[in-house]
Amino acid sequence: MTTVPQATLARSSASGASLRPVLLYLAMAALIVGTGFVMGWNYALTVVNMGLISAIMALGVNLQWGFAGLFNVGVMGFVALGGLGAVLVAMPPVAEAWVVGGGRVGAGLVLGVLTVVSLVVIRTRMARGQLATFVMLAVGVGGYLVMRAVLDPGVIAVEAVNPASTGYFGGLGLPVLLAWPAGGLLAAGAAWIIGKTALGLRSDYLAIATLGIAEIILAVLKNEDWLARGVKNVVGIPSPVPQEIALQQDPGFVARAASFGVDPVTASTLWVKVLYMGLFAVVLLALLLLAQLALRSPWGRMMRAIRDNEVAAAAMGKDVTARHLQIFVLGSAICGIAGAMMVTLDGQLTPGSYQPLRYTFLIWVMVIVGGSGNNWGAVLGGFLIWWLWVIVEPLGNALFGVISTTLPAGSPITSHLQDASAHMRLLTMGVILLLVLRFSPRGLIPEK
Amino acid sequence: MDLLNALVAFLNFVFIPALAYGSQLALGALGATLIYGILRFSNFAHGETMAFGTAITILLTFGLQALGITFGPLPTALIALPLAIAATALLLLGTDRLVYRFYRDAKAAPTILVIVSLGVMFIMSAITRFLVGVEDIAFADGERFVVTARGFRDWSGLEEGLAIRSTQVITVVVAGIAVALLFWFLNRTRTGKSMRAFSDNEDLALLSGINPNRVVAVTWVIVAALATTAGVLYGLDKSFKAFTYFQLLLPIFAAAVVGGLGNPLGAIAGGFVIAFSEVMVTYAWRQVVAYALPGDWAPAGLLQIMSTEYKFAVSFAILIIVLLFKPTGLFKGQSV
Repeated sequence: MTTVPQATLARSSASGASLRPVLLYLAMAALIVGTGFVMGWNYALTVVNMGLISAIMALGVNLQWGFAGLFNVGVMGFVALGGLGAVLVAMPPVAEAWVVGGGRVGAGLVLGVLTVVSLVVIRTRMARGQLATFVMLAVGVGGYLVMRAVLDPGVIAVEAVNPASTGYFGGLGLPVLLAWPAGGLLAAGAAWIIGKTALGLRSDYLAIATLGIAEIILAVLKNEDWLARGVKNVVGIPSPVPQEIALQQDPGFVARAASFGVDPVTASTLWVKVLYMGLFAVVLLALLLLAQLALRSPWGRMMRAIRDNEVAAAAMGKDVTARHLQIFVLGSAICGIAGAMMVTLDGQLTPGSYQPLRYTFLIWVMVIVGGSGNNWGAVLGGFLIWWLWVIVEPLGNALFGVISTTLPAGSPITSHLQDASAHMRLLTMGVILLLVLRFSPRGLIPEK
Repeated sequence: MDLLNALVAFLNFVFIPALAYGSQLALGALGATLIYGILRFSNFAHGETMAFGTAITILLTFGLQALGITFGPLPTALIALPLAIAATALLLLGTDRLVYRFYRDAKAAPTILVIVSLGVMFIMSAITRFLVGVEDIAFADGERFVVTARGFRDWSGLEEGLAIRSTQVITVVVAGIAVALLFWFLNRTRTGKSMRAFSDNEDLALLSGINPNRVVAVTWVIVAALATTAGVLYGLDKSFKAFTYFQLLLPIFAAAVVGGLGNPLGAIAGGFVIAFSEVMVTYAWRQVVAYALPGDWAPAGLLQIMSTEYKFAVSFAILIIVLLFKPTGLFKGQSV
């Protein structure tokens, strides 16, 4: 009964509210154009490309937090797994590594999976008690030791294959665009495993579990050289767009650049970035469309019902844990896709560069500031916060530069200020997050 | 077969390091668990609180050393510790007044408080980096060893040396004193009892006339003391690096959950469970086993279950096992 006046109320205010997102997006576009005028278009395009990727990550986190109220602080891990996906799909296979170690490593991994499966079977089939615990312990430890015995010689052999440039299995040598869905699948698989164990427990436990899984994924990427060369990094991942060098040698491109009055080198770097921007924008728009459709579907309504009152939703016959698992996997998959796109853009996988503040908590700031529960808000937050994150450091440098001109030359305060400007972005992000949470907790574009 | 040497090697490489690391984790987990029990949220800024307290200690230590003041054979940082605790307590009380109190009065959901603590984490990490930067800092001075490996070999005539670093002894002693003080406070004083009452049942405590603001303030001061002490002991034992302290969050949370969130005794037990598992799983047992086995049956491999880079996986695995089999922790904790 009471829903009718509320609905009319919402409609009457809708005309006023619908202008707000448009204005905010226009303001964001103005910020980027302004950056282009002040710092150069190459820089602005770099910011836009990472902004697109950040927006996709924010969409994934918004799916989990905004739709379902799931607290995932392992975004970094899923992003990194997506990056691994790019390596495993797009890099050419290293035939020699497959010959010397493929069998052993494959068998070792199969043994590892078998151990886990048999542990799960024992746990579900055997009656609880000391005997079950003992059998599980024996199978777990025994299985692990056998796996290591099979795996280790293979790993050593693989890593010895030309360690300066390969020393790993390589990938499948497929087109790099296939890596994006593949990265999403990898992240989804990891999310399924972690969700299966930690969902259905308290919300803090999911947070701590995801924090842990992200660190472990990173530890694996850094240390398992046979997988993706560890901290030696995989470089030269194929690009889906033409290389700058190739463009500069293409007479047709040089002629077109000249007709615009731009030298070929500048034109090629800009053009490559524009191509990437087009690809990323297509992915973002597709995901945004899907997320909007999901939000408005009966499924989306059910998710929000579960988020707002789990007990009532469960009483209505909704399987809360299964739905949570579903949306957790979907959200993590989106983060994985973004991770694969990022590695494609960089052309390299550098496990050492993944930091939780940058790849987990910054994405959270994007979602909260943009407006959790609103896809357009999350995307805007992705752009805005990413723009701030890159712009704060040069801005701080400029500001401190002005301050240090008033100081005597060689003053110790000058060098300290220069070091400090690198940390300005952390301070800015914290202050913005706290201010938004306090004074506008629903974010820039609130949930309808 | 040489069981005595095996034992010494075990003590030297496993037991003593794990004991020191466990004491540091226990102090950290005590702080996290107290916040959970009284303020009812998981504080993601806890690692950064430890880092801030340690950064202040480092600055004070360098200041004292510049003035020519040292603590004889003990590290100068111990003189600086009380002042650093006071500074950290001021920071935490200020944060509570400016940030957390609003949400407490509004009775916000625990997850909102966790997200708020993410914001606090960003700001605290920035402050710490402003103060001391991101590089590795070693600030331990004074006597390095209580027992040196050579001295022990000469004294005992054994092949295997036993080295006990003074920071390890200091860690265990200071942690013991801190825990004893904490339990005396919680069990014997009026304020401590009101804290426990508040943790058990907030409504009943309020009805009995306990002042919630006072309880919260006292909690933050205690947390400041525990976090700073834990951070300084960890920094003395290893070294200070801002990012490492963020990473300590995982074993600390794991220790608090394993022991039972909100249960101080559990946090201590959890700290040692995590520390001993981490060290034992990542230690290469070859030497110990070679001594323990008869004759020349030296093992071929390193007998290392996991490489040290995977120590997070150990805390994580224990956490998952406990969550699956005993969700309220080894000691009965709260399960809201």
